[in-house]
Amino acid sequence: MVKPYTKNPVGAHYGTEGFLLQRFTAVVMAVYTVVAFALWLYRAPAGYADYRAMFAGTFGVFTLLALAALLYHAWIGVRDILMDYVKPMGLRLAVQFLVATVLVFYLFWAAAILWGRA
Amino acid sequence: MSSTPASRAGVRRPKYYDLSLAHLPPPGLVSIFHRISGALLFFPILPLMLSVLEGALGSQEGFTRISTLAGRPGVKLILLACTWAYAHHFFAGIRYLFLDMHMGVAKQPARASAVIVLVLGVLTTIVVGWRIW
Repeated sequence: MVKPYTKNPVGAHYGTEGFLLQRFTAVVMAVYTVVAFALWLYRAPAGYADYRAMFAGTFGVFTLLALAALLYHAWIGVRDILMDYVKPMGLRLAVQFLVATVLVFYLFWAAAILWGRA
Repeated sequence: MSSTPASRAGVRRPKYYDLSLAHLPPPGLVSIFHRISGALLFFPILPLMLSVLEGALGSQEGFTRISTLAGRPGVKLILLACTWAYAHHFFAGIRYLFLDMHMGVAKQPARASAVIVLVLGVLTTIVVGWRIW
């Protein structure tokens, strides 16, 4: 008996994956937006110490989670725009590489902001 | 209708692109603004907001510096532009999530929800503007 080939050998499912993750990350960010706004109203931070306290702990973790979702969401979104307007393949890949690099940098930058640089 | 595909084939027809946003129906406006606001949120709003967060959370001096900066009229206008981009992208995105679930896809409800999204984006910007001025 030949075992059926279960792996999808083509890249067609990447589109569905991107489609679903684009919506999943959107929901994460939408929930974060509502929670952040509600928390800001509830705590009514008045100065530096209040804002620091607000971002310390759970909300800081949620902030980084939302930024991680944003990273993926922006990657799909910017890639879609580039695929529509930047036709030369070399240039498109170069810009995409730049975008991906910048996005990963943003995530590390955000982590450094939220938990201080050593 | 009178010309056959064969007789049309050789004719180079001029193309007319209507690039004016004013002729777009509300769902079209929501769509193109969703794209424009998304692009703006990636650049320059995201790095801008991260540097604001870095300044404001970094030290007391940084917080004071950001607060003073945010009090300037020009900076407030920039903040309002950021607010509109975020709000429009947020509300339009929620509309798309409903459309994805096949809710409100008929012409009339789709138009109505598009108008609501456009209004909510502007309304949020106005409310924020009223609060920071």
